Amino acid sequence: MQTRSCQVLIVGGGPGGYPAAIRAGQLGLDTIIVDKHGLGGTCLNRGCIPSKAMIHAATKYEDMAKHADSDVLGISLAEAPKLDMGKLVGWKDGIVSKLTGGVGQLIKAAGAEHIAGWAEFSNAKTCVVTQEDGEKVEITAENVILATGSVEVELPFLPFGETVIGSTDALDLSELPEKLVVVGAGYIGLELGIAFRKLGSEVTFIEASEGILPLYDKEITRPITMWLKKHKVDVNLSCKAKGVTEKNGKTILEYEDAKGAAQSIEADKILVAVGRKACLDGWGLDKMGLDLDGGKFIKVDNQCRTGMRGVFAIGDVVGEPLLAHKATAQGEMVAEIIAGHRRVHDPVSIAAVCFTEPEVVGVGLTPDEAKAKGEEIITGKFPLAASGRYLSMEAGTDGGFVRVTARKDDHVILGIHAVGTHVSELSGEFALAVEMGARLDDIAGTIHVHPTLTEGFAEAALTALGHPIHISAPKK
Amino acid sequence: MSEYRYKMPDVGEGIVEAEIVEWHVKEGDSVAEDQHVLDVMTDKATVEIPCAVNGKVTKLVGAPGDVIAVGTEIMFIAVDGAVPAEDEAPADEAKPAEPAKPAAPKAAEPVAAAEAPSIASRSGGERPLASPAVRKRALEADIDLANVPGTGPAGRITHDDLDDFIKSGGRLVARSGSGSSSVRAPRTGVTEEKVIGLRRRISDNMSHAQRTIPDIAYVEEIDVTALEELRAHLNATKSDDQAKLTFIPFLVMALTKALPKTPQANAHFDGEAMLLTKYDAVHCGVAAATPNGLMVPVIKHAESLDIWQIAAELRRLAGAAKDGKATKDELTGSTITITSLGAIGGLVTTPILNAPETAIIGVNKMQTLPRYNAEGVVVPRKLMNLSSCFDHRIVDGYEAAMLIQAVKGYLENPATLFM
Repeated sequence: MQTRSCQVLIVGGGPGGYPAAIRAGQLGLDTIIVDKHGLGGTCLNRGCIPSKAMIHAATKYEDMAKHADSDVLGISLAEAPKLDMGKLVGWKDGIVSKLTGGVGQLIKAAGAEHIAGWAEFSNAKTCVVTQEDGEKVEITAENVILATGSVEVELPFLPFGETVIGSTDALDLSELPEKLVVVGAGYIGLELGIAFRKLGSEVTFIEASEGILPLYDKEITRPITMWLKKHKVDVNLSCKAKGVTEKNGKTILEYEDAKGAAQSIEADKILVAVGRKACLDGWGLDKMGLDLDGGKFIKVDNQCRTGMRGVFAIGDVVGEPLLAHKATAQGEMVAEIIAGHRRVHDPVSIAAVCFTEPEVVGVGLTPDEAKAKGEEIITGKFPLAASGRYLSMEAGTDGGFVRVTARKDDHVILGIHAVGTHVSELSGEFALAVEMGARLDDIAGTIHVHPTLTEGFAEAALTALGHPIHISAPKK
Repeated sequence: MSEYRYKMPDVGEGIVEAEIVEWHVKEGDSVAEDQHVLDVMTDKATVEIPCAVNGKVTKLVGAPGDVIAVGTEIMFIAVDGAVPAEDEAPADEAKPAEPAKPAAPKAAEPVAAAEAPSIASRSGGERPLASPAVRKRALEADIDLANVPGTGPAGRITHDDLDDFIKSGGRLVARSGSGSSSVRAPRTGVTEEKVIGLRRRISDNMSHAQRTIPDIAYVEEIDVTALEELRAHLNATKSDDQAKLTFIPFLVMALTKALPKTPQANAHFDGEAMLLTKYDAVHCGVAAATPNGLMVPVIKHAESLDIWQIAAELRRLAGAAKDGKATKDELTGSTITITSLGAIGGLVTTPILNAPETAIIGVNKMQTLPRYNAEGVVVPRKLMNLSSCFDHRIVDGYEAAMLIQAVKGYLENPATLFM
C-alpha cells in the first residue's frame, strides 16, 4: 500500500472542505482533499444548486402554463408547455457537473491535490483511502480537517425505497409524481414540495409542528401559507407520519392528525424531509478520540478545533446552522489558522434563505427573539406591494415585505427579514448591515438604487424611524 | 432667610492671599457653625477654616489651586433669620466680586473623553459593535474589542478607534487583560494631577532656588565609628523619658559648634537687595517626609540645647509635622537646613538650598567599609557621607570645605562635641 504524508488532509469535498483545500493550497500548504461522491458535496450535487435549478425550471414552467391559459401581460401561448422530467433532470445534472468540474480545477489551480476515494481513519492523523479502482493509499497528515457533512434523516417507520424518497432522490426523478406527499414542512420540504406543485404535482404536507418553517415567525411565513392555499396545497399541521402501507397497488401514508385520529393519504411518492444529521459513521470517527456535542455533532471551539491537537472539523458535521456558507467560512478560516494566521469564527449572524414561493430571507434576530433577549426594539415593515420594481415583476400580490428590527435606544439593527419574490438576493446587503453594525440611519442614509427591491430595505429602515416615503407613516 | 457671605479669613500675620487646597462642602450642603469647611494653604502651613454660621451653602467661589485674596467672599450661605449685622450683605449689592485670579496659570482642563453619547451605553458583556475588518485586525493584534472605546454611531469601533487604542499602548493592556498568565503586565495608565497646595509651594521654592542660586556641592566621608559607639552607649543608658538618639542630633550639635567660624553658612541672602543676614542663633531646619508632603520643622536655638534636648525637640517637631499640627512658627525661621535620606540609603545627594538660606547639609547612609588604619592595616570602619550644598555667591569653596571639615572633626572625635 502506498503511503503518503501531507501538511493538511481534508476529508469531504463539500462547501466546507473544498474552500479549505483551495485556501490551504493558496497559502502554500501541502494539501490533500479526499472525497468519494464528487467534489461540491451535498451543496453542489444533491442540495443547494440542483434544487435551485429545479425550482427555477418549475417556476418557468408554471409561468408558461399561465400564458397558455390566458393572455396575461398580453402574452399567450398556443398550447400548454410540455414537461420532460428526464430532460429537466439532465439539464440540472449539466449544471452540477459543470460546477463540480470547476471545483476540481480550482483545487488543482490552488496547488492542492484531490484524491477520489473513501477515507477511513485508523487514528486521528492517519487514514486509509480506498480509491475507485480499489487501490489503497495511507495518508498521514500534520493537520486534519473533517468536513464530512450531513445526510438526510431517515425515519425508521418510513425507510427510503422506491416510493419513500429523500431530497436527493427527489432531484433525480425521471417522472413527475402525480401525487406527492411531503413529510416535513421545513425549508427543504417546502422548497421541493412547492417546486413539484409548480410542475403540476398534487402536493400534500404532513408536518408535526404547529406551523411551517418553524424557525420563522408567522408574519414571515404567512405569504407562503397564502401561496400554498391559493395553489391548493394541503398543509396538515400537528400531524405525525406513522408508516406506509400498500393497498390495491397504491402506496398509502398513514398518519395521526392533530386530534390524534388515524388518517391515511394516497401517494405516488412520499418525500421525507425531516432534517439532516451529521455524517459521523463509516470513516473511523471512533478511532480518532474526538468529543461529540450531544452525540450528534463533532464538538469544536470557535476556531473549529476539536479536542485533538491539529484536528479540525467544519460545516454540517459540527452542528447548526447546517448551511453551506457557514461551512465555507469555517473552511477558509481553518486553512488560515493552520497557516499560522489568527482567526476565529465569530459572525454576528449567518443569513439564511429559503427558496420557497415566495422566498424568505432572515439575518439576525426576529422581533420575538430580540425581545426574549431583553432588547427594547423598534421595527419597520415595508410592504413590497408599494415597490414599483416589485409590481413590474408581477409580484405585487404575494404579500411580500421587508422587516427590520432595531434596538430602540441606539437604532443598531438586530435583525432583518424579508419574504417575497427574489428577496434571497437582498441577503447580502442584510448580512452586511448586521455584520458592520449598521444603524437604521445608515441604511436610510444609503441611497438605494431605483428601481430595485433594495429600496424596500431603505424604506423599512425609514418606517422604523417613523418617516417612510412610499407608505403612510406608522402611527406613533 | 438671609445670606451670609463668608470671606477668605486672614490666616496669619502679613498673609494677603491664600490658596484653596480643598473644599469640604459643596453647594447645597448644610453646614454648621465651626464645621471644618475649607483647607487653605499659606506659606507652608495648611490651615483648616471653620464655618461661622449654621445654614446651607448656596455658592462656592474658587476651586482648589486658586489663590484668593484675603477678604474675598468665597462662600455664600443661606441662613435662617438674621445674620450678624457686620456680615450681612447690602440688599442692593450686585453679584459678588470675582475672586482674585490664580497666581499661577490654571492647569489645562482635562479634555473631555468624548462627546456625551446621545444613547445609553451598552451593558458589559455585550458584543462590541465593529465591522468584520476591524474585528479581524483586533484579533490579529490580540486586542479585546470590549476594551476599545468606540467613537462611531452607537459606539461602533472604527479603524481609527483601533489605531488610537494601539497608539496609546492599549494593545498591551488588552493582552495583559486577555487571560495571560504573566504577572508582568505593562502599566499604561496616565493620571493628570493639578499641582496645588504644599506641592505647588515646594515646586515654586525649588524652581526659584535652583534658578537663582549658583550652588556648590561638597561631599565628604565621615568616620562615625567612634560616634556610633557613643550613640549606642548613650541610647543604652538613657532614662526612659529621654528621646532615643539618632545621628541627626549629633550633626546639629556639630553644626552649632562649627558654624560660628563660618557664619555666612548660617545666614539668609537676599540677592535682589544684596543683603546678607548672618545669624548668631542656629535655627536648624530638619526636612521631614510627612503624609502631607515635605515639611521642614525648625529646631530653634539649637546652640542652646544639649544633645538630649535636641533629640527631644526633633522628636516633638517631627511628630507635629506628621500629624499636620506643626504651627507656622515651628515651620519657619530656619537659618540652615539638614536633609537626611541616610536611613533609606544613597551614597551622595545634591540637595537644593532652602532659600534664602546659604547652606544645606545632606546625610547619606552609614555603612561598614574597609579602611587602612594608622598602621596600614585594613580594618572595618563605619563611614557616612555628608553631601552639602552652599550658595556659592556667599560661601566660597574654601569656606564650605572648612565648615564641613570642622563638622567632620567634631563627629569623628565625638568627645569634642561636649567640650
